[in-house]
Amino acid sequence: MAEEVLSKATDSQDSPEVPPAKSQALWSRILGIFLKQREATIFIIAVALVIYFQASNSTFLSKQNIGLISQYTAATAIIAFGEVMLLICGEIDLSVGFVYALAPFVMYFAVQDGFPLPLAVIIGLVVSLLVGLFNGFVVVYLHVPSLIATLGTGLLLNGITLTISNAFQVLTPGTGTRFAGIMGNDTFSEILWAIGIGVVMQIILSRTRWGLHTFAVGGNPLGASEVGVNIRLIKIRNFMITSLFGGFAGILEAFRITSTQPDAGGTVIMFNAVAGAVIGGTALQGGSGTIIGAFLGVVVLGLLNDGFTFLGVNALTFDIVIGAAILIAMVLNVRLQRLREAGKQ
Amino acid sequence: MSEQAPEEVLRIEGIAKRYGAVTALRHVSLRLQRGEVLGLIGDNGAGKSTLIKIITGFIQPDDGKIFLHGNEVKLRSVPYARSLGIETVYQDLALVNELSVYHNMFLKRERLFGYVPLLNNAAMRREAREHLAQLGINLPSVDTEVAKLSGGQRQAVAIARAVSSNAKILLLDEPLAAMGAREGAQILDLIRSLKRKGVSVIMIGHNYVQVLEVCDRINLLQRGEITYDKPVTQNSLEEINEIVMREYRTAAQ
Repeated sequence: MAEEVLSKATDSQDSPEVPPAKSQALWSRILGIFLKQREATIFIIAVALVIYFQASNSTFLSKQNIGLISQYTAATAIIAFGEVMLLICGEIDLSVGFVYALAPFVMYFAVQDGFPLPLAVIIGLVVSLLVGLFNGFVVVYLHVPSLIATLGTGLLLNGITLTISNAFQVLTPGTGTRFAGIMGNDTFSEILWAIGIGVVMQIILSRTRWGLHTFAVGGNPLGASEVGVNIRLIKIRNFMITSLFGGFAGILEAFRITSTQPDAGGTVIMFNAVAGAVIGGTALQGGSGTIIGAFLGVVVLGLLNDGFTFLGVNALTFDIVIGAAILIAMVLNVRLQRLREAGKQ
Repeated sequence: MSEQAPEEVLRIEGIAKRYGAVTALRHVSLRLQRGEVLGLIGDNGAGKSTLIKIITGFIQPDDGKIFLHGNEVKLRSVPYARSLGIETVYQDLALVNELSVYHNMFLKRERLFGYVPLLNNAAMRREAREHLAQLGINLPSVDTEVAKLSGGQRQAVAIARAVSSNAKILLLDEPLAAMGAREGAQILDLIRSLKRKGVSVIMIGHNYVQVLEVCDRINLLQRGEITYDKPVTQNSLEEINEIVMREYRTAAQ
């Protein structure tokens, strides 16, 4: 009996593996190459835009304008890095733009209360982290979908910012100091922060347990939990980092423009950050995405924004163009994801 | 093959489980030896999944005793059962499509660079490759995204992951469901190679022919009781068919 079983086993071991249908393999290979090169694609688009705008107006690549683009890009990119983490694990934070407005006010009032400026910055960041913890708690433990939960938090935060500021702008403390320069007031300091944070986040995403589990939670939540991945911890952590980045970006911007505005950020910067992430290849359905892609996506949005201004596109029609571009990118993102899934079958 | 003295790995005595008025398991006793492949078959609702959930520590029985290697144990939780060497591969396989084979195999057991909290991908790749080779599993590359694997390959990866952490008892929930004959044969080979390594397997199956091909012994579960417990012989298929037919006829009356 046992011998019979064994001989059967060797028989079937000899049989070669079934190769997948040829046309399907080719199709999925082409698709795979294209999908893998998503960052390359978006990079080429960015370069093409630079060439086009430079050809249209030779001052596009002046140091001054590059500085402008980098400033437009930096804060949005930092927020996008957080949103990438959240989107990959299957969540989103709509409130981050309001943390962006709140954090520099918290910093301002901490200075008013006699705290030294660096400590005031830290207090602003801690409050941002607590907002993220709150968002994570509501989503993970109270089971409110993040789309609704963070919409609520955002409105709440906006109200708090307007209340504590009396809806008046204030001067950012420390203006003119070296500290303020490092924290965003120097022309290129903000983009350097963004690049530095981006590098660290890309390493976290692709080289640590935190990153791996973020992919697992977004890709197969049930499977991840069966294996023992702590889904709640991962999600809460990603909400906290997103909120932290929102607050930090807001503080950098407050130092850059030397005043702190109660209506800064909001849904616009959040939407640009999410759009940048999605343009850069982060799947809206979770499970895949990269930090570098998000950075490039935000850069493309920044180039468009600045370039259209350079070309003299009417500011009123501008939003139509950008809005349409973002929508098209999102539709493509979802279509590609569907194709990707179809290619897997 | 010379028969060694059978070493009992798992013994279950008089397990009962009720959900309110419904009795899922009446009085189930079962034993499993080292390197034995036990087929657990039965109709839907016969209590197969309840029994499996008890052995994995997912639910606790109302009555009865469980012995591992002769010692009585309370399988109070899944991680605890796992720490005792009981692993399960569920039908959904718990694989993450977007991740590579080796990341899936090391999910939650990642290799790092000592105290530096960075993933040691090279080590995980190498170990995954070695482990798969040991089990005779052929994959294009351990870097392949799981999404790009066939159903059989995915099942093989899930099984390889389950036995990579020193599993002594492996529970397989319908490992051949939705699989072609050739792929199914490869999974059966894999189960045989586990058996040769001394892993004991409890395999749930609907397709009696496939179950009989790989199992040493068959337990038939009917309405919360094991009604048939015999080593697999030439006559097994007929015998089981007859019992099952009888059950259908009784049910139809």
